[in-house]
Amino acid sequence: MDLAYTVKQQAFRAEIRQWLAANVPASPLQSFDTAEGFAQHRQWEARLNEGRWGMVTWPVEYGGRGCDLVDWLIFEEEYYRARAPLRVNQNGIFLLGPTLMEYGSAEQKARILPKMACGEEVWAQGWSEPNAGSDMAAIRARADLRGDRYVINGQKIWSTRAVWADWLFGMFRTDPDSTRHHGLTFILLPLNTPGITVRPIPQLDGLPGFAEVFFDEVEVAEENRLGDEGAGWQVAMATAGFERGLMLRSPARFQETARRLVELYRANRAAAERDPAVKDAVIRAYLDAESYCLATYQTACRLGQGGRIGAESSTNKIFWSELDQNMHATAMSILGARAELLPHAPDAAGVGTWLDGWLFSQSGPIYAGTNEIQRNIIAERMLGMPR
Amino acid sequence: MDFTFTQDQLLFQASVRDFLIAEVTPARIRAAWETADGRDPALWQQLAELGLAGLCVPEEYGGLGMGELDFVLLAQECGYVALPEPLVHTAMVAAPLLRRVGGYLAATWLPRIAAGEAKVVVGLEQNLLVEDAHVADLLLLQRGEAWYALAPEQVALRHNASVDPSRRLYAVDMKMGSDPFCSGTAAAALTAAALDRGALGCAAQALGLAQRMVDMAVAYSRDRQQFGKPIGSFQAVKHLMANVAVRLEYARAPVHRAAYSLAHDEPGAMRAVSHAKLLACEAANLAAKHSIQVHGAMGYTWEVDLHIFMKKAWALANTWGDTAFHKARIADYIFADGAALGAGATFN
Repeated sequence: MDLAYTVKQQAFRAEIRQWLAANVPASPLQSFDTAEGFAQHRQWEARLNEGRWGMVTWPVEYGGRGCDLVDWLIFEEEYYRARAPLRVNQNGIFLLGPTLMEYGSAEQKARILPKMACGEEVWAQGWSEPNAGSDMAAIRARADLRGDRYVINGQKIWSTRAVWADWLFGMFRTDPDSTRHHGLTFILLPLNTPGITVRPIPQLDGLPGFAEVFFDEVEVAEENRLGDEGAGWQVAMATAGFERGLMLRSPARFQETARRLVELYRANRAAAERDPAVKDAVIRAYLDAESYCLATYQTACRLGQGGRIGAESSTNKIFWSELDQNMHATAMSILGARAELLPHAPDAAGVGTWLDGWLFSQSGPIYAGTNEIQRNIIAERMLGMPR
Repeated sequence: MDFTFTQDQLLFQASVRDFLIAEVTPARIRAAWETADGRDPALWQQLAELGLAGLCVPEEYGGLGMGELDFVLLAQECGYVALPEPLVHTAMVAAPLLRRVGGYLAATWLPRIAAGEAKVVVGLEQNLLVEDAHVADLLLLQRGEAWYALAPEQVALRHNASVDPSRRLYAVDMKMGSDPFCSGTAAAALTAAALDRGALGCAAQALGLAQRMVDMAVAYSRDRQQFGKPIGSFQAVKHLMANVAVRLEYARAPVHRAAYSLAHDEPGAMRAVSHAKLLACEAANLAAKHSIQVHGAMGYTWEVDLHIFMKKAWALANTWGDTAFHKARIADYIFADGAALGAGATFN
């Protein structure tokens, strides 16, 4: 065990810090759930890619730097420290990217990854359906192979970023006689294909961060299948669950929230101390954010040495989503009567972005597999409790 | 950056685990409750023969010359079996303290610890009472800014019964005429070092205790049938145990970090130890709370072994610095000007 960064890791940190200092936009971009903000964020992705910072863990030939997971954590620390924009293409780079690396053909990787890395193609995801939420194996949207094309019919819902995205990846039932997780296939398709209707769904903040997607005789070339036909479930599930989780929500994000919470407490000390529970909650926020960081480094190092990870990766989602909710709830307590005010309200001095974060934190225990589903996975697969 | 243990460390942990599970059974623990001093000399001898008592004793004194980072995994295993013998205390607190003190005390006592001939225990004012003072061949006692090295005949002991029948706690009165071996700033540094090592020992044992309680509750939930099926198949029961698994999963790395910090004398060691103890003891307390619930009325009995582990977890949570003490150390750091917080601060 050696908990010092190597000279190379320190140099990497210095390099990204310097680049971000010179390139991060001076004022925050608009939300990527608006048309203008989406365009701004797409531009930012292009800029990142010019610096070869789009996805540092990817191989060099796809625009990455071939970095390991510890480098990735360092990158994220600097990224959040610099308050760089959120990643509009997170469905692509964090979720689909690792899956493509493992299951994509050489042709698919060469065709898709570089355009993903530079933000030219932004990805939406298409997992859930109206009757397949937590019970994802109940997927009904059909993809029928006719000649060399799949013909897709059905509906997806809660497709994050689908309103302005270019492509969608998702799972479709290719074997009409199949049930549950058999007979599903992982398919990639351009959202401008004829027969696709995207109906935006406003989220808690009023902005259309996700959408319903309807498919009516949508034709897509067979080459857009990822992995084997009928192997969709395995492709979606088997790929490095931990790595995807780590990329989607790395510790730096929550450590920065914890740091801002400490600042908020100190700036509003008299008000905050009227409720004795608040101080304890701030201490806990710091401890849990640090614990998440330490545990993530430990796992990243173990994986770097060839270790494997199993169902314990399901603990990750519960830990960070509850931490995020708790931190924002504490901030709301400190802000008191101002907490409900929208940032542009005339008397909302000092409220910062806490309300937005509070709203978003409500989604954490729900998306990417509800925390109840994660608890079932932990109990059954990690602890061995009976089904 | 390498936050992993070596193969040797992991193999040693596995062999100690096998030994402890085979030898330190609940039946043996219960048998010791019935003896006058509650201790098992044959077991201590076995532990010494494995080199465990002298693990952190330097090689020139006959020990294995290892440190906190090597011992922390073993302390977890001591927790897993709720080992009643003062092994964590001797190896992780007393031996490193004697090494620091050096001189005559180290030369006299470290070889005897390594040989399994002597138990040395440490008494801090912070702890109210001294663990295992009745079987100590030497007591290292802190009173204010002074440290005393006392033989059994130099002290008077008053037993205090603990909820955990394995824990033997004593109020210690020094007899007249004892001189401190260390005082002033050096004594304060020694006190801090002892407290942090004791707290790390508690944290590591708490991890093991929590794991044991989870294992017991899960096993019970597979066997026990109600409504025609195992109670573990009900989500209400599953989620209780999943919640423990989550807290336990994120308590481990802080404990390992704290061991590393102490072993390398990092400036943030104190904070790392408090973090570790808070998280690990919280996980163990949650494990106790949910494991007794899963066991139902059986969990509330003396007969079922769960309480052996539960009671130790409760006791460890508030000794070697109680919750308020360790939270205050964290608060003093994070609310001070210039605290290094946020992304990138953890290892820098």
